[in-house]
Amino acid sequence: MQEFLDMGGYAAFIWPCFIVSAVLLVGLLVVSQRQSKSIEATLTALEAEMPSRKDMS
Amino acid sequence: MAFRQGLDSVMVVMFFILAVILFPFGVGPEGNILARIAPGVIWVAALLSTMLSLERLFQTDFEDGSLELLVLSPVPLEVVVVARVIGHWLTTGLPLIIASPLLAVFLNMHADGYPMMLAALALGTPTLSLIGAVGAALILGARRGGVLLSLLVLPLFIPVLIFGVSAVDAALGGFSVKAQLLILGALFLAAAPLCSWAAAAALRQAVESS
Amino acid sequence: MSRNFIRQVLYPAINYLLHRYANPARFMRMSARVTPWLAGITILLAGSGLYLGLFVSPADYQQSETVRIMYVHVPAAWIALSCYVGMAVGAAVGLIWKHPLAHVMTKSSAPIGAIFTFLALLTGSLWGKPMWGTYWVWDARLTSMLVLFFLYIGYMALNNAFDDPGRGTTTSAILVLVGSVNIPIIKFSVEWWNTLHQPASVIRAGGPAIDGSMLWPLLLMIAAYTTYYVWVLFIRMRTDIMETRLRALRMRQVHEQAGT
Repeated sequence: MQEFLDMGGYAAFIWPCFIVSAVLLVGLLVVSQRQSKSIEATLTALEAEMPSRKDMS
Repeated sequence: MAFRQGLDSVMVVMFFILAVILFPFGVGPEGNILARIAPGVIWVAALLSTMLSLERLFQTDFEDGSLELLVLSPVPLEVVVVARVIGHWLTTGLPLIIASPLLAVFLNMHADGYPMMLAALALGTPTLSLIGAVGAALILGARRGGVLLSLLVLPLFIPVLIFGVSAVDAALGGFSVKAQLLILGALFLAAAPLCSWAAAAALRQAVESS
Repeated sequence: MSRNFIRQVLYPAINYLLHRYANPARFMRMSARVTPWLAGITILLAGSGLYLGLFVSPADYQQSETVRIMYVHVPAAWIALSCYVGMAVGAAVGLIWKHPLAHVMTKSSAPIGAIFTFLALLTGSLWGKPMWGTYWVWDARLTSMLVLFFLYIGYMALNNAFDDPGRGTTTSAILVLVGSVNIPIIKFSVEWWNTLHQPASVIRAGGPAIDGSMLWPLLLMIAAYTTYYVWVLFIRMRTDIMETRLRALRMRQVHEQAGT
């Protein structure tokens, strides 16, 4: 296990690559998802207020 | 009008000179170091000086409505753009080229480099004006247009910078400059139609949405 | 790809898809159904790619363990490049044919591409230090990738610089097209110049030059990054479409209130 984490001595280069990639990509996903949900909530609230012809969600 | 243009040119050249002479103060006056970085410094200063006068390329026409007339006129908008670019180059690029030998002296550039410096700048600065025109057209009506213009235009300037400096370095080292000059020429030939089309498209955008 | 195939299959298919999903409402319904699948497939591909890449595949005889960085560096660079190409296509389709969703696609792609470019630069730098001895070098490949990053940032800045969002998207569409001259430079930079960066080893004339045990995790990760891109793209496109709808409703609200 220790050998695996050590990655032949290159751990300081290899693990940050994977970790930063994961953090940024998951982060982008989460942020995008949150924005989407928030807009969706605002939109449905506004549409409930207004008598609309045809909604699009 | 002509006087104001002249004043603009003087200011651009003054900035060019000032930007370059900052380097001996910052890097130290040692001749060898200055000579080594001279082509690069002169080119970067030329880039930045070109950018100074770009923001106003279409701004006044946009603000007073004459841009709309230009867009609607029977003259193709691309031709108008090219005319503007030529004007910009005459008041910015050309003065920079003329001032460059003086700056080469300040930076202790070896005599071998002078002719190529002039040639490379002559080939490269029109391309800079062309690319800059696209940027100037894109930011019409934008917030913080000046800073945005730099952000958009400087990355696109980089190929011209790379090959322009490379040409002078090659001449200084006694190597062939053919490749660099060909590429600078090709960049200009590619930029002329592409940038005039893009700038015209951007100008139409600006007029349509105002 | 034979000419008949292009004429009789590919063109009609593209045409059909473009027309079908020109309707935002239909796109919203389709994307709502498809995104869970994209999520699942991405996780599967990434999971298996990472498992193979980190645990099963061997260390390179020349580069030892650092070769594993390839499994996150190459996919990131590949998608960063493809994303910009996609944006350029979207910009062209939007400007020329005025397809309603083309600009939405371009605008939504930009942050994703920017992050992938950043990751490519970062992982490449961390791979470069043990492999070549330096974190950075100004060769053609790295320089043009850095320029690509600035093109993405410039696009996003220009997009957000106007009060009128429509003006923002159409103006930045022009910018994308002007910047696309950088793409061939990136792709062919390692062939045209003597660069420190490795030349192409997967898509080349003689077939891949990588051993199967490393090729599989690489391909899986590239596929995972691709489906991730489409997944997040769809989420962001949905948000943009809903924002447009929201703006329209709010304007109608203002008009109605002004009228009463």
